Amino acid sequence: MKQAHIALTVNGEAIEVAFDSYKTLLEVLREDLNLCGTKHGCELGECGACAVLLDGQPVLSCLVLGVECADRHVTTVEGLAADGRLHPLQETFADLGAAQCGYCTPAFLVTAKALLDEHPNPTRDQIREALSGVLCRCTGYQQIFEAVEAAIPTATSEAESLRSRPRESEAAGASGGGAPREIKE
Amino acid sequence: MKIIGTPRRRVDARAKVTGQTRFADDIMLPRMLHCKLLRSSVPHARLVRVDTARALAHRGVHLVLTGKDFPVPYGILPVSQDEHALAVDRVRFVGDPVAAVIARDEATAVEALDLIDVEYEPLRTFSNPDDSLAHDEPRIHDYGDGGNIHKAVSLGFGDVEQAFADADLVFEDTFFYQGNTHLPIEQHAAVAAKDPDGKLVLWSSTQTPHYVHRALAKTLDLPAAHIRVIATPNGGGFGGKSDPFNHELVVCKAAWLLDRPVKICLTREEVFYCHRGRHPVLMRFKTGVKRDGTITGVHLKTVLDGGAYGSYGVASTFYTGALQTVTYHIPTYHFQGCRVFTNKPPCGPKRGHGTPQSRFGQEIQLDKIAEKLQLDPAQYRLRIVEQPETLTANYLHVGTIGLSECIRRIVRTSDWTNKFRKLPRGRGVGLACSSYLSGAGLPIYYNDMPHSGVQLKLDRSGGVTAFCGATEIGQGSDDVLVACVAEVLGIDPHDIRPVTGDTDLTPVDLGSYSSRVTLMMGNAAIQAAERARDLLSEAVSRKLEISKDRLVFAERRVFDAEDPAKGVAFKDAVCLAEAMFGTLGTVGSYTPPRSAARYKGGGVGPSPTYSYSAAIVEVEVDPSTGWIQVPRVWIAHDIGRALNPTLVRGQVEGGVYMGLGEALMEEQEFRRLPPRLSRALVHKFPSMLEYKSPTTLDMPEVFTELVENPDPRGPFGAKEVGQGPLLPIMPAVANAVYDAIGVRIDEVPITPEKIVKALQAQAAGKTPRFGPTHFPDVPWPETLNVPPPWEGGDGKATPEAESLRSRPRDSAAVRGERGWGPARIKK
Ligand code: FES
Ligand code: FES
Repeated sequence: MKQAHIALTVNGEAIEVAFDSYKTLLEVLREDLNLCGTKHGCELGECGACAVLLDGQPVLSCLVLGVECADRHVTTVEGLAADGRLHPLQETFADLGAAQCGYCTPAFLVTAKALLDEHPNPTRDQIREALSGVLCRCTGYQQIFEAVEAAIPTATSEAESLRSRPRESEAAGASGGGAPREIKE
Repeated sequence: MKIIGTPRRRVDARAKVTGQTRFADDIMLPRMLHCKLLRSSVPHARLVRVDTARALAHRGVHLVLTGKDFPVPYGILPVSQDEHALAVDRVRFVGDPVAAVIARDEATAVEALDLIDVEYEPLRTFSNPDDSLAHDEPRIHDYGDGGNIHKAVSLGFGDVEQAFADADLVFEDTFFYQGNTHLPIEQHAAVAAKDPDGKLVLWSSTQTPHYVHRALAKTLDLPAAHIRVIATPNGGGFGGKSDPFNHELVVCKAAWLLDRPVKICLTREEVFYCHRGRHPVLMRFKTGVKRDGTITGVHLKTVLDGGAYGSYGVASTFYTGALQTVTYHIPTYHFQGCRVFTNKPPCGPKRGHGTPQSRFGQEIQLDKIAEKLQLDPAQYRLRIVEQPETLTANYLHVGTIGLSECIRRIVRTSDWTNKFRKLPRGRGVGLACSSYLSGAGLPIYYNDMPHSGVQLKLDRSGGVTAFCGATEIGQGSDDVLVACVAEVLGIDPHDIRPVTGDTDLTPVDLGSYSSRVTLMMGNAAIQAAERARDLLSEAVSRKLEISKDRLVFAERRVFDAEDPAKGVAFKDAVCLAEAMFGTLGTVGSYTPPRSAARYKGGGVGPSPTYSYSAAIVEVEVDPSTGWIQVPRVWIAHDIGRALNPTLVRGQVEGGVYMGLGEALMEEQEFRRLPPRLSRALVHKFPSMLEYKSPTTLDMPEVFTELVENPDPRGPFGAKEVGQGPLLPIMPAVANAVYDAIGVRIDEVPITPEKIVKALQAQAAGKTPRFGPTHFPDVPWPETLNVPPPWEGGDGKATPEAESLRSRPRDSAAVRGERGWGPARIKK
């Protein structure tokens, strides 16, 4: 099998990698770079579970060849947390029930990050639109929308109240982190 | 109650949002080989020859397995041991596994599949239940209730004919519920290895490691004690990962023979072939009512298209008729169900297991009854809701019922009274209700042992480890486990390490199916935690010189209720107890109460308690195109008690989502290949692109109400939530369509095409309806008569019925007499 050898930046780290030249970015990430956080549900561009950021834009890594990624920047779920702190989206996804089985979660997180990077204050409809390429079978999406909204930096009041709650990283063992939202009784 | 009832981040959330949850396909082991399955390209054939020589000679191939390597059959139910890991002498659907290649990598294995020569001798294909009912030969299996009938049952509870005679009105309606599939985003995957001690280990995305364990011991002929099954967190299950699967047995055998780790990850197409999804069901409901709407009796007949294997099918058949009586008071009831084999991927349990289909029919029929009687559908249901703490006609013991409160809540929050029959044409609202089990009352194989066990280890670090065989499939079972223990011991959930779904390390729990885990594992966890608390109390009370009953466990402390400053840290309490009793460990277990149903078939339906849901769906239908949209759903769920409301709401909304998929678009459909390509019966679209499921753009706003009326049988009063909330959605959509445009769509999915057809009928002055009318003639067995409790019954069938039942039935003769012919199941 002919091997390809490329240099690229993954999660901020400049690396080189050699792999079978037919491999998709998804396979290179999972099999050659041991970055198993990126998932797959079809490997045909249908489910969106394999989304990663390529130069900041969400792409389906099962449809991108590894060799196309030379000299480019790839961000995966493993690259979201920084300085020992989870990304705000990771905090809100964890607190608000946006990850049930968690299998689609890496794709939703990176796609939502791309959205917030571009539109710091998206509407619910813009969120729906931006995330529409990723399927989730567990949540019914509503808690995912709420988690994205809660992570908006400019803050709705709900997000504000959410952020003022103790975080896992700050208050270790505070009864399981944020209590985000009252269920109507 | 500090932890219980508080919306919380689940214990495994961090792993999920950082991508560190280790799913089966994320396991990579040194020297690991890869497996691929060759699947049948024909729907029904005798296997004449499987020649693997060329594949075996292919470079990089280590092993090729065929049916000869798997002589022992298996199946999830003891009564349906009809599967082989690889086909022995027969293939029964396109996708049935025939051979397996184990090679150095996936690409090599795929190449080698092409080098296996298979010779098939085609047999007649059965594509739908009418075919299977019309032809006894060839039989798809040589067991069952005659011909191609897998199971046929008839249960009578009281004199339903007399009930119809006593009724003021009798309604008879036919409905069809199309099959659909779970579509978990994670494809099934498994890795097997021989551990250094020479024992077998399997990591698999399974919901039922205990049953897989049993199937492996049986088919591989190894002592169960030398097999370890580890259920990796499932990337969605919904019932689709609850059978032992071919690929699991194959990688185990291969790893055993090769002494190297072997992995398989199914393609999406193969996941469609594994299926075990919703049975297509044709049903006929006959219901007698008094003028005030009181039900006098119900006669329900169902025909299930089972696909090619038994799977859970016998249970599925009974489930189509089991829960009607749990929701509404039905004094007399006659249920007849029949499951047939066809040459399609096997159907099985999907969220709601067998009950959504007949729930769909019943709730639409109630809407029709309410209209005829000029009753508001919500008020009507409030009138007929079953009484709590009663025994139903079919001997199911009903616990708490929060259904009336559910109905009142959604009527209020949706502004129902100002919308129902009042919105402009094209907009409408519909209401439906449902109930579901909080765990099956009986295990899958007969035994008297607990259904769930929990073991706790406490040590001087102050840490607690909770072991349980329960399987995390996304629903949050690990979180329920630690929450129950944390609540009793007064510590934080994050102080507890859950170790779950590992047959070597954890006590048996039967698995994540039938909505059983919260109730059964939760009760076992509480028992284990209370026993631990007793040990700690003993030691602390001696140390503080106060009586045990004054001690409070909270805030990671054990202290005096009357003088909270007086106490010890939890960690110190553990040290005191360890010094006093030695190494600390406790266990708890849960066994459901014995069911009152003592008749044959009464094993399906009993549950410690039942959950209830009510939903109102709003639709917008374009009368010219039939295009249908759902902008809003109001749902109330009787949860008993919400242990973690964040997770409960997620289950409710996920159920609404999946219900909308079934209501509007999801279909497991089949087609014939064109004649030049063999005309084989194949899956119409085994891809996620063509199998339509709702996206973020399709999902309506959902308004969730939780009704909390603690049930003493549940842990802290909790009942199930994983399956129930899906059930009312499909009929509520159908009822809303009727409210919007005055046409009845009596089958799912409710597509624009069907709406247009019904509108055309409406315009032409015909019955404004789309749905089935025909019901096939089924050779029903003799009815097993079980007098209901109010007729002095004791839960057993009458003796005459038992003797009739035990008489061997000559199925061919029965058929000859009836002379029923082919009929169409659909449309
Ligand atoms: S794996 Fe499904 S879109 Fe890439
Ligand atoms: S959380 Fe399971 S698929 Fe989205």
